[in-house]
Amino acid sequence: MRKLFTGLNRYAAALGLAAGIAATPAAAVELSFYYPVAVGGPITRIVDGMAADFERENPGIRIKPVYSGSYQDTIAKVLTAVKGGDAPHIAVLLSTDMYTLIDENAVVAYDDLVSTPAERQWLNSFYPGFMKNSQTGGKTWGIPFQRSTVVMYWNKELFREAGLDPERAPQTWAELVDYGQRLTRRDAAGNVTTWGVQVPSSGFPYWLFQTFTTQNGIELMNAAGTETYFDRPQVIEALQFWVDLSRRHGIHPPGVVEWGTTPKDFFERKAAIIYTTTGNLTNIRNNAGFEFGVAMLPAGAQRGTPTGGGNLHIFSRSSAAERAAALKFVQWLSAPERAAQWAIDTGYVAVSPAAWETERMKRYVADFPAPTVARDQLQYAVAELSTHDNQRVTKALNDGLQAALTGTKTPAQAMQDAQREAERILRRYR
Amino acid sequence: MTVSSASPARRHAAALHGWLLLLPAAVMLAAFTHYPALATFWHSLHTTARGNRAAEYIGFEHYQDMLADPIFHLALKNNLLYALGTIVPSVALAIVMALWVNGRIAGRGALRLAYFTPTMLPMIAVANIWLFFYTPDYGLLDQLRGLAGLPARNWLGSPDSALWAVMTVAVWKEAGFFMIFYLAALQQVSPELREAATLEGASRWQYFWQVLFPLLMPTTLFVLINATINAFRLVDHLFVMTRGGPDNASTLLLYYIYEIGFRFWDQGYAAALTMVLLALLAVVALVKFLWLERRIHYQ
Amino acid sequence: MSSLALAPAFDSRFDRILNTVAAWTLGLLWLLPLAYAAWTAFHPSEYSARFELFAPLTLDNFRTAWEAAPFPRYLLNTTLLVTTILAGQLLLCTLAAYAFARFSFPGRDIAFALVLVQLMIMPDVLIVENYRSIHRLGLVDTIGAIALPYMASAFGIFLLRQTFKTIPRELEDAARIEGCGVLGVLWRVYIPLARPTYLAYALVSVSHHWNNFLWPLVVTNTVDTRPLTVGLAVFAGTDQGIDWAVISAATLLSSAPLLIAFLLFQRQFVQGFLRAGIR
Repeated sequence: MRKLFTGLNRYAAALGLAAGIAATPAAAVELSFYYPVAVGGPITRIVDGMAADFERENPGIRIKPVYSGSYQDTIAKVLTAVKGGDAPHIAVLLSTDMYTLIDENAVVAYDDLVSTPAERQWLNSFYPGFMKNSQTGGKTWGIPFQRSTVVMYWNKELFREAGLDPERAPQTWAELVDYGQRLTRRDAAGNVTTWGVQVPSSGFPYWLFQTFTTQNGIELMNAAGTETYFDRPQVIEALQFWVDLSRRHGIHPPGVVEWGTTPKDFFERKAAIIYTTTGNLTNIRNNAGFEFGVAMLPAGAQRGTPTGGGNLHIFSRSSAAERAAALKFVQWLSAPERAAQWAIDTGYVAVSPAAWETERMKRYVADFPAPTVARDQLQYAVAELSTHDNQRVTKALNDGLQAALTGTKTPAQAMQDAQREAERILRRYR
Repeated sequence: MTVSSASPARRHAAALHGWLLLLPAAVMLAAFTHYPALATFWHSLHTTARGNRAAEYIGFEHYQDMLADPIFHLALKNNLLYALGTIVPSVALAIVMALWVNGRIAGRGALRLAYFTPTMLPMIAVANIWLFFYTPDYGLLDQLRGLAGLPARNWLGSPDSALWAVMTVAVWKEAGFFMIFYLAALQQVSPELREAATLEGASRWQYFWQVLFPLLMPTTLFVLINATINAFRLVDHLFVMTRGGPDNASTLLLYYIYEIGFRFWDQGYAAALTMVLLALLAVVALVKFLWLERRIHYQ
Repeated sequence: MSSLALAPAFDSRFDRILNTVAAWTLGLLWLLPLAYAAWTAFHPSEYSARFELFAPLTLDNFRTAWEAAPFPRYLLNTTLLVTTILAGQLLLCTLAAYAFARFSFPGRDIAFALVLVQLMIMPDVLIVENYRSIHRLGLVDTIGAIALPYMASAFGIFLLRQTFKTIPRELEDAARIEGCGVLGVLWRVYIPLARPTYLAYALVSVSHHWNNFLWPLVVTNTVDTRPLTVGLAVFAGTDQGIDWAVISAATLLSSAPLLIAFLLFQRQFVQGFLRAGIR
């Protein structure tokens, strides 16, 4: 029924009749809610279920969830819709799209929506690690929803076979190299059959790279999103370390490693240690035919990881009534009970300390403590690379990283080129 | 051949009817082919509207940017190589396939089907399958290499093999399609030609190059033009297999246009890039029209 | 090809066998990706890269794919899309081809040349500008938007014009004497006689648009409009990584309707492509 209505609406809009229909206030506030799906599982069904629950508890508000594809699709769709004056009311978008959304005047700050002390308190109820990508210029633009970090998964069987303690993951860069050397196996002809460690580098290598830079004690951009530091010595050092895993130590596959097949490489025992998102936990738990461990990433000068994933945004085109209703929905979605259930269903990290204190979360981690690793790592987390004209700056870095990993440029050269390109793009935002 | 001998009134009626019949198609063609081609040029002279900044006229600045854009240079170079590297093998394979399935060969129908099947599959779907083929170590290709004792290779993750890997997929996808046209042409060739050539003692090699190949020339031209257009038009597999990487080593012009236009939302620059693509296609068009002209005279 | 060195008089057995073996090797190579997808889709994922004859068969991957993404909806969208495009093309191209084949009007040759421009500059490369237009029309994220740029097909016009030209004038004159008007003649004489061309064109059009990806990717946003190809790309592009077995199942699911149609009507398909491409 709702589908049919959407269809009719769209035709009406196409015919230019929308103005007439929209002018008559409906009995209920209807909110469109765009969300991407980035992990496996019946996400659409879960979201539809949540929307229905919310509607039951809040008569007078109707939620229209729209599954809008990948994150990339969703931001593209949202920006188009904003330009066409047809923005959604609420959308889940990558936390890194914050500056883009602000530049397009697309979203409203939560500070301007909250009024009561309780609501202000709610704004401060999330892990600070997740808020780094949600705030800029002293305002909060996104509420953490489906958030993740990078963690390390290791194959306990292969550890045992290599004479390592299967319960202990490498804690430092030096140990990572040492473990990697023991874990890498070669056949009689000298061809590698198992790599010690694997860090994927297709698609969004910058995210994985941020683990190394953070651990090396440097951030890649300023808080205003107008400057990048790709050519700083610590960044080049971090890249040198990643490149050396393969080139010098021979414990990491050469070239650009596909993100999508990395879990499979792990299942096939082609890689003993992999770096990937916490969002992969459920997948790995279901498919690994061996005992595996989840650990914080090994430390360089310090521990560190970027956060990742999506925030809830409220759009500026809405009326006051719609904004109030949207705020209500966002609060409802991010409430501890809901956040806990969402984390359990999807494998994302529950976004507030209170969510971890709920009964169902406690019961869940009692059987399966792996998710707590991501939570505990949050104290070392930094914001995911995010600047103005984010996609473009990110591509400059990605290209540089791939050039260094494939050996077409030295790490220093690659990062200097990336920095030059980023400078060119960001100049106009300063 | 038309109603030239009829009265002026009838001629007017015919002209009116002709235009009316043509009108719907003409409107759609103008709206989605001619107008956008011209508008591309116009928009390539403007910046992209963003937030509350409107688009402004900047002359040929985008074209200057293009000259300084290393990714554009790479995309262009890749695309020319891609065109050459997909057209030649797929046409050669198409001829060989057509010769086989036109001759007396066991299981001819099934074979024809086997060659043609890739044409019917969506590129985006087969790209997934090929991605698994190319996976290092346990992908099918490396498993086969492993049997020969060869080391694993990161096909899609190395700049020196990524473009070739995506080219292979295109050849696989297209050869069977082109085969069909050759098959059609071969079926028109009279078997007596073959007998005559044999009687004169020509080897099969000579027969092919001196008799058959010239006869197939019109088909070859047709196929070549189609293959060239496809080389600039079909980039679906890049989305799944390499996303143009590593470090743009496998990026093609249209894919780069997509990235600029729909990821970075810089539609002004994307328009300038599209102009290059249109210019390339115009060259192909010129060749084709010259050839088409000749063909139409024959009919 | 080594057989070519042999003297032609010896159409020897050896030579035939050699050619057959080579042809079939290539044929199997050509089928390999599809065979591999089928293997992966019908086995549990631990067998995706391991080939054991007696690996257990399963349909679970299909079930998982079916439940994880709205494939039935995508299938419906694609079906709607190809029928919309085909209907539009048949109508517009028939009228235009009839005009070019049988009417003399000022500007005809220029108009025809302008039509042929589209054979080169296909809508596929004009995504940026066409997106602007569709956006201005307020049609982004509609099935109509995917279809519009393809409705007036130069290829269709060209093909039908050639066919109409081969139809004897006498038949038209006879129909006119019986009182048929312009459209009556088209309907009674030209369309029935061009039926094989229509069939050929329809098959080519359907298979092309069933598989089309880039333009639909650009103009669709939601499940309600997304065709199978875009749905598949979205499905395979999650951050979680690729479960080969499920992706293979999804791949087969989205190619199956066309593939089955092709296997059932392969003669018509091949003939169709032949007829469509022969000129």
